[in-house]
Amino acid sequence: MAERTPWSLSGALRGMFQRPTITEDTWDDLETALVGADFGPDVTEAVIDELRANVERYRTTDPRDLQRMLRETIEERLSKYDTTLRLTERPAVVLVVGVNGVGKTTTIGKFARFLGTYGRSVVVGAADTFRAAAVDQLATWAERGGAQIVRPQQQGQDPASVAFQTVEFAKRTGTEIVIIDTAGRLHTKGGLMDELTKIRRVVEKQAPVSEVLLVLDATTGQNGLAQAQAFIEHAGVTGLVVTKLDGSAKGGFVLAVQEQTGIPIKLVGQGEGIGDLTGFTPHVFAQKLVG
Amino acid sequence: MATFGNLSDRLADTFKNLRKKGSLSASDVDGTVREIRRALLEADVAFEVVKDFTSRVRERALGDEVNKALNPAQQVVQIVNEELVGILGGQQRRLEFAKTPPTVIMLAGLQGAGKTTLAGKLAKWLAKDGHTPLLVAADLQRPNAVTQLSVVAEQAGVAVFAPEPGNGVGNPVKVAKDGVAYARSRQYDTVIVDTAGRLGVDAELMKQAANIRKAVDPDEVLFVIDAMIGQDAVNTAKAFQDGVDFTGVVLSKLDGDARGGAALSVASVTGRPIIFASTGEGLDDFEPFHPDRMASRILDLGDILTLIEQAQQAFDEEEARKVAEKFATDSFTLEDFLKQMQQLRNMGSIKKMIGMLPGAGAMREQLDSFDEREIVRTEAIIQSMTPAERRNAKLLNGSRRLRIARGAGTTVTEVNQLVQRFEQAAKMMKTVARGGVPQMPGMGPIPGAHGGASRKQAAKSKKKSGSRSGNPAKRAAENSGAATSGAAVPAGSGFGLGLGGGAARSVDAPSEDELAALQKFLGRG
Repeated sequence: MAERTPWSLSGALRGMFQRPTITEDTWDDLETALVGADFGPDVTEAVIDELRANVERYRTTDPRDLQRMLRETIEERLSKYDTTLRLTERPAVVLVVGVNGVGKTTTIGKFARFLGTYGRSVVVGAADTFRAAAVDQLATWAERGGAQIVRPQQQGQDPASVAFQTVEFAKRTGTEIVIIDTAGRLHTKGGLMDELTKIRRVVEKQAPVSEVLLVLDATTGQNGLAQAQAFIEHAGVTGLVVTKLDGSAKGGFVLAVQEQTGIPIKLVGQGEGIGDLTGFTPHVFAQKLVG
Repeated sequence: MATFGNLSDRLADTFKNLRKKGSLSASDVDGTVREIRRALLEADVAFEVVKDFTSRVRERALGDEVNKALNPAQQVVQIVNEELVGILGGQQRRLEFAKTPPTVIMLAGLQGAGKTTLAGKLAKWLAKDGHTPLLVAADLQRPNAVTQLSVVAEQAGVAVFAPEPGNGVGNPVKVAKDGVAYARSRQYDTVIVDTAGRLGVDAELMKQAANIRKAVDPDEVLFVIDAMIGQDAVNTAKAFQDGVDFTGVVLSKLDGDARGGAALSVASVTGRPIIFASTGEGLDDFEPFHPDRMASRILDLGDILTLIEQAQQAFDEEEARKVAEKFATDSFTLEDFLKQMQQLRNMGSIKKMIGMLPGAGAMREQLDSFDEREIVRTEAIIQSMTPAERRNAKLLNGSRRLRIARGAGTTVTEVNQLVQRFEQAAKMMKTVARGGVPQMPGMGPIPGAHGGASRKQAAKSKKKSGSRSGNPAKRAAENSGAATSGAAVPAGSGFGLGLGGGAARSVDAPSEDELAALQKFLGRG
């Protein structure tokens, strides 16, 4: 039976930092740990080169210095971008996109609650008219999150029209924040990606889109890069949400995604409970990752 | 796109460099191995698996078998291929059914791996084979998972057992147990138990899964895993192996551009075979997993066998025989062309089919921009013709073509292109029907070595025709037209009467065939 290990590299790094000095083995272990955390070969190489240079410069042989440097390097890389959510428009429209099964609907439920605790009124639009029972799933989450919901009027309605109606509803009732759920789609499906562009275009006829959040599953590997690239191109993603960080996956690929695309991580999901969503803080993330 | 290129692309690049060398030095091998290592890591193959894999490839590449080979580079490619097949589990494994029904199949996996959708696909697949599956909704965790399963069951046309509403209410162990009892009393011969998604580190939920397993005593426990998963595949797979001890793996979302990585990791770490691959959102996008074919896919050697099997399923043999006769007697008309095209569409996504052809990796970008609606447009053009015109394409003069173009909402140029394409196809098919050498890949594996050679030509001619047309959509349509003919002929000429024959053949065909494909891979610049 698998034990509930903390979400962290610390396990993988422990052995390494307990050695008295930095040796070649240390570097090997570090490489294994970083690759194992899905940082990907490029970022791993870059981080290790940087650390090697630093170790050389400061002439240190203490692994604890290395640990600190690793934490700082990762934090520095993560905090290059601004992670604040911009929801100043009224209504502020948030589009949630991502591939299948990353946790979009769950994230929306948690996000609605998150905004609710700041006293904002929220309406969610069930524009996932494709997957069986997605609307019901969203409705349950909306109820838990204390948000209103706009449902499609009929089975298989055009998702863009649901999105349109949701924004319309928000304008009519003065609801402050609109969150639109979209169907999961693989980024390789051209037609479905175009549909996303259409949703965005249709919504913009009513109100500017404040944020487009791309939900990424922490268990995803280097394919996350390809996903981000495609969704940025078609939906104009403005922020990333990393989900399922409560598992054993470290989600290191988000660093590569952030660096290659310049899109910051804005929210982090860590469980199936309604309160398990927090804003992203590079310092905390790096601290937790490295230990 | 270099950074996002997938495993096939990366390896193809690597081998291209290698191919230029007449003999391999140790540093050549090291360089190649480093590239392979990088390519595999970028494809999310687990680090430990990569290390193991590369060290084995390196050892063998430096050994005698390569030095003595006429073409050392080719030998390295083959070593990589063999090792890949080895890791992926060698032979294909089929689902095991219980001696006394019902056969119980339990699904387990992470959240969002695609279990519920897979349950529907599996049920539909089993139903097609004459089984009577029952879906049991034991995912009481995720909101409305039960509703989703019911909808999926309805779409698949199978029964569902969902006594609890879900959303956290009810005991999944009891539901699973009752489900099996229900199936026994109602004479369903297979039971598919859909369970809630759970994380490998969640001890409590893993225990629950183990309890479900104990309660229903399944004949198969299928671990569903997302093909896009990263390095965590190993941890997750191990956790599930310890927790529920699955008997087989299903790789889902293989239709994305992440291919191979997770498959390699899971198969090599757990030693459990991958039984199925799920390749799309439709309930029919589901196929048994063939390790050798997957290795070919990874190495971009194509997946002809799957293509043929799909063709056999979609094509009505009687119809094909009639068409073949028409070819032979030169009475093939645009009407038949239309019918064939519609049959072709029955086979599913054309993009996917072309993707299975050898060397398709190189065409991937054009493929991406290929519009499936091109076929619809072609249909519209034919449907805008009068029956007389359809039967006799020679009638089509300028003014008729103009009328047709207006009717179909296209231009005369497109009508012209279609007519030209039709004439080419008809001419080609005539040679085939009269016993000539088919120029199409579909025929490849049939007569063994000879087939391999003809496939080589076919691939070459395909490439040429590709470069001739500047329009990717048209090029793809041409290819698809070609695929029609290739697929129709095997059925018409009595190849694989029934699926059994085809399947039996496919067991021994690959190795020989792959060799031919490998040669082609290297021979083609």
